[in-house]
Amino acid sequence: MKRPGFNFWGLLPAQLIMLLTMIIPIGIIVVVSFSTRGAYGGFDYIFSLESYQRLLFSVGWTDELEFNPQYLLIIGRTILLAATTTAICLLISFPAAYFIAQRQGQLKVILLYLVTLPFWVSMIVRVYAWLIILGKNGVIDGTLSKLGIVDNLGSLLFNNGAMLVGLVYSYVPLMILPVYASIEKLDPALIEASHDLYGGRWKTLFRVIAPLCKPGMVAGAVLVFIPSLGAVIEPMLLGGGKKMMMGNLILNQFGMDRNWPFGAAVAVVMMGLVMAVMILNALRAARKQAETA
Amino acid sequence: MSGTLADKTADRGKSVEIKAVSKRFGSFEALKTVSFDIYDNEFFTLLGPSGCGKTTLLRMIAGFERPTGGDIALKGKNIDSLPPHKRRVNTVFQSYALFPHMTLEENIGFGLQNLGWDKERQRERVWQMLQMVHMQEFRLRKPTQLSGGQRQRIALARALAPEPEVLLLDEPLSALDLKLRQAMRNELQALQRQTGITFIFVTHDQQEAMDMSDRICVLGDGQVQQLGTPREIYEDPANRFVADFIGESNFLAVNVLSVAGDKAKVRTPFGFDIEARQKAAQPKTRAMLSLRPEKITIGDRGAAATMEGEIIQQNYLGTHSQYVVRVGETDVLVTSANDRNDTMGYEVGETVSLGFDPASARVLGE
Repeated sequence: MKRPGFNFWGLLPAQLIMLLTMIIPIGIIVVVSFSTRGAYGGFDYIFSLESYQRLLFSVGWTDELEFNPQYLLIIGRTILLAATTTAICLLISFPAAYFIAQRQGQLKVILLYLVTLPFWVSMIVRVYAWLIILGKNGVIDGTLSKLGIVDNLGSLLFNNGAMLVGLVYSYVPLMILPVYASIEKLDPALIEASHDLYGGRWKTLFRVIAPLCKPGMVAGAVLVFIPSLGAVIEPMLLGGGKKMMMGNLILNQFGMDRNWPFGAAVAVVMMGLVMAVMILNALRAARKQAETA
Repeated sequence: MSGTLADKTADRGKSVEIKAVSKRFGSFEALKTVSFDIYDNEFFTLLGPSGCGKTTLLRMIAGFERPTGGDIALKGKNIDSLPPHKRRVNTVFQSYALFPHMTLEENIGFGLQNLGWDKERQRERVWQMLQMVHMQEFRLRKPTQLSGGQRQRIALARALAPEPEVLLLDEPLSALDLKLRQAMRNELQALQRQTGITFIFVTHDQQEAMDMSDRICVLGDGQVQQLGTPREIYEDPANRFVADFIGESNFLAVNVLSVAGDKAKVRTPFGFDIEARQKAAQPKTRAMLSLRPEKITIGDRGAAATMEGEIIQQNYLGTHSQYVVRVGETDVLVTSANDRNDTMGYEVGETVSLGFDPASARVLGE
């Protein structure tokens, strides 16, 4: 079928870039995930489902398979942390974005600039800062002990909470910006109309403002959820390697453990999760469009 | 209509009282001190050019703005401290402001739900409102699927559904095309009669105001210029601003010879003196004589004060023709009804005699 506006030769450069940077690398990952681990690292082109099997089962002493949820646990923790991060980002972003949208002129520009400011600093440095804040004798522990409020709080690091703080901190700007854009676009007359029709503050917020800002919130949620799913630095530094996420698992398999096929299999699972989110979002958008058309 | 109105207003209650209300935005004085009452069951119009403060006043009644000074009372009760959602007042917004994520049904029911009506009563009222604006079959549509006129109707239905004490309309017809606007004028007027709710209508369109209103408040420069029935405002303008803003008028510079009560004797630029009703004229000063173009007769139709002039411009406008006649050094605008088949009108260059009844002229302060 010939689509209007689709010019094969004209779009060739773009197609080549897609092919070289997206489709071939993903294809390689998928192929590797179905191959066999090489004797000295790397992989051999021998078809095997072993890597996927390993996600659920481990091989016992007598070669029997037993269910082992150790990797499922990591996948579950990853999804849970990413989802929680998204939810917390949403809770923080909405009031923050609303506050910024209500400011006037120069102040608004400055506040938006401050939101994007962390992107100018390396991610590792930013996450490292939390080591200093949360660590033993760090900003929180040190201050609280000095004030005599809590004695020896110790380290707040290396747990799910610390990872969550790092994730929220890293990705909250990605939520604030689209939510801000949708609030900014909101017709103030609609808010007045709600008040005029006896809608108080909360009714107006939940029945008029929030539904109209949903596109921004969904966009923000996708932008936060996907990188949280693949986060490596936050769990590495703040989770201390004890609490792994999928990103660390993949890194370890390609690095220390030298099990490329298994690392590739985990990567395929993660891509599947990301794609599931994207497809759900696309379906939702398509339905929305069909509704208004 | 003005006669019946006098009876209507005689013992009617007051819907809204504007008591010495003023409003400033920073150093800008949007509204100087204004005071007037709006009666029950009245179609009341705030008319004025943009920036005259009419929308500000409407927004203060709705509660979106707070007066800098003065009080506003609704049904005799001071509402200054009430937020918009506690005022029994609804607004039809200029942009309609229909909720795009709700169906028409949900839009109309929004206010009722917030007021805590029970489900059954809500449904009945929504249906009744849809019927009133003839939009029953669209009830499950979203506002984006409607035309401008249909949105307008739904905005009206939504604002009228909660049975407000007063309905505020902020230039609701300005976004419609000419034909639709004309139809909506009639519909609005009928709705007001039918519901008996006080309508406060804001517009800059004098035609609209004259067509629909029981009373008009002409605002200019943040002040009430005149308040009265359409007839009073047109026939008896309080000042030059009103005479100029409502309809067309000839403004002739005159010398005031003497003032006696509401009459003033003035010397016209045409060389003769007339005695006409006056407002704010001082003896031995200059003033403005306002003379409506249609009050001047052309040809020999017989009038008290007559003069001669040469036609320098003529425009045929169907029901009437418009002429510019040079009398001495003054150009006079005259309109003449094309109500006779035997005259073909006048041509440029013809010399004609003009006449007017001094009773239709007004002497206004400069």
